[in-house]
Amino acid sequence: MLDFVQQLVSGIALGCVYGLIALGFVLVYKATEVVNFAQGDLMMLGGFFAFTFIGMLGLNYWIGFAGAVAAMALFGMLAERLVVRPILGYPQFSIIMATIGLGYFLRSVAGIIWGTDDFKIETPFSQGVLRIGSLVLAYDKLSVIAATIILCALLYLFFNRTTLGTAMRASSENMLAAYYMGIPVKRVVSIVWAISAAVATCAGVLLAPITFIHSNVGLVLGLKAFPAAVLGGFGSIPGAVVGGVLIGVIESMAGFYLPQGWKDVAPYIVLLAVLLLKPEGLFGLHVRKKV
Amino acid sequence: MRFLFKTDYEDDIKLFPHSGYVFSYGLLLALLLIAPHVLSSYLMSQLVFVCIYATVGVGLLILTGFTGQASLGHAAFLAIGAYTAAYLQQFNVPFPVYFLAAGLLTGVVGALVGFPALRLQGIYLVIATISFAFIVEEILARWESVTHGNEGMRVKTLYFLGTAVPRDGPTFYYLCLAVLVLTIVGSLNLLRSPTGRAFVAIRDSETAARSMGINVSLYKVKSFAISAAITGFAGVLFAHKLSFISPEMFTLQLSIEFIIVILIGGTFSLHGAVLGAIFLVMIDPFLTYLKDDMPGVIAGLAATLGAGTERAAHIQDAVAAFASANGLKGAIYGIIIVLFVLFEPLGLYGRWLKIKLFFQLFPLYKRATFKRQKIYVKSERNR
Repeated sequence: MLDFVQQLVSGIALGCVYGLIALGFVLVYKATEVVNFAQGDLMMLGGFFAFTFIGMLGLNYWIGFAGAVAAMALFGMLAERLVVRPILGYPQFSIIMATIGLGYFLRSVAGIIWGTDDFKIETPFSQGVLRIGSLVLAYDKLSVIAATIILCALLYLFFNRTTLGTAMRASSENMLAAYYMGIPVKRVVSIVWAISAAVATCAGVLLAPITFIHSNVGLVLGLKAFPAAVLGGFGSIPGAVVGGVLIGVIESMAGFYLPQGWKDVAPYIVLLAVLLLKPEGLFGLHVRKKV
Repeated sequence: MRFLFKTDYEDDIKLFPHSGYVFSYGLLLALLLIAPHVLSSYLMSQLVFVCIYATVGVGLLILTGFTGQASLGHAAFLAIGAYTAAYLQQFNVPFPVYFLAAGLLTGVVGALVGFPALRLQGIYLVIATISFAFIVEEILARWESVTHGNEGMRVKTLYFLGTAVPRDGPTFYYLCLAVLVLTIVGSLNLLRSPTGRAFVAIRDSETAARSMGINVSLYKVKSFAISAAITGFAGVLFAHKLSFISPEMFTLQLSIEFIIVILIGGTFSLHGAVLGAIFLVMIDPFLTYLKDDMPGVIAGLAATLGAGTERAAHIQDAVAAFASANGLKGAIYGIIIVLFVLFEPLGLYGRWLKIKLFFQLFPLYKRATFKRQKIYVKSERNR
């Protein structure tokens, strides 16, 4: 029973990271119908920025964190401007390929700049555990869970209570109609990319104490975040986080209770099953076909 | 400029619309046939890889280019073909039998993947095929009694009609070339048949295709099966060429390379598969060449522009350090993909058509001829 709870907590913590990456997918997909295959690599880059600020320049953890988030938000806008905006409105396949190319590029450049070793960021949560009876929970895992809850609440408030959030929801429904209503769609899309890169950075920094940061971490985790986003219905913000947590828990349980090898494929088997039985996901909207 | 005067509906679907085609493709084939006597053994080896990649590219084009179903899981089909060959070869099964068996098995697996894919569109399909490829990769690593797991499998020399066909010899090249040419001719015939027309109709609009009486599910499964089978055939040759296969060769990276092949070549014509394969296979020696010679060239350029000897040597070292950085190849791949998507969405073959049209219409060529239309209303989500 104790093992089960331990596995559950570490699964949820890992799942929150998947959820945060998936959240980035969903934000961009909702606003522009672009699936950003480089989302995991944005996370990796955010982690490296934070490592540079905190580990190499010796800044305070929180200042370094904020600096990394700000830098990545700018980078997200830049990537949107250079790669995505010129091809908005073209078939989805081209856009997917462009983001795959972007991911390739970011991975290699990060490898050239920071090398291919594993890096670790010292955080206030790195050491220390919370003991409840005989249950031992590490702070770094709890911090991921707490941060995910806070981020989700903030994003929820942003999308439902602010004018900019409403504008984003409008342009996600129909870009052309939103444009006719006077919404500056281009700027909105740019801000969406900034937010999604910032969320990815949070994921990267929170992840750093759990798994180390290296140049391929984005590919590995980004591909795990796809099942999370699909499970949640690719377009639903709470769905992404719930999907992420489910995938994390499934992976962690499969690693503990099933023979070796199942851990890595379990998320994909679940994904295929979901796609077969309920392609719109757990929280997805069922859209009628129009001709 | 040549004007084709068509007097019959059959003229529209001729394999060779006019005699110029026969001449130019005949010349190309003749050049390819004498290639082993002219080119170095390294280039021949690269040419074999071009043939294999182009075969996979043709398979992928049928699915992605002509039926509109994107797949990032073709490395798995290649793996199934390669492993079938390696496994059957252990029991002294003759080459023609395991070659066909590999294609058949991969085709069946492709059809099985096609069934769940029927309900999926666009991005969901891409993710589903990635998942399928991951699962296949894991099975290959774990099913040790058949695949020898991560240790990999040795593939013995190919025996065809009782004679050995070494993987470096010209005969193996002719075999790969023959497979490629047969695949292309077969695919061309397929694409001008009702089946191929149905594929294209599904790509352009599923709803319209269905209302014309096309059984969309059946044709999608067919497209998956045919595409997978072609990739399986290529897998057999791939296994023989490498003479050793292991699960980590068939990763997502390879699937992405196949997509790069058709993206760079052009997704609207079979020419694209061949041009893309040439580009992808030849970029490796080109980059090596750049890495070795570029620093010297740039230093020489700096020296002629008036930099001192010491300065030039310094520049040479800096460029050499940059050129040999780990992962530079990945960055160049990434840039190439992005640049092609942004500036040459029709690929190399599209560029060739543009150049040809420019000279045919000179001086009346219009840029807008090839301009794509942008659609800003949400189309793919509720298609």
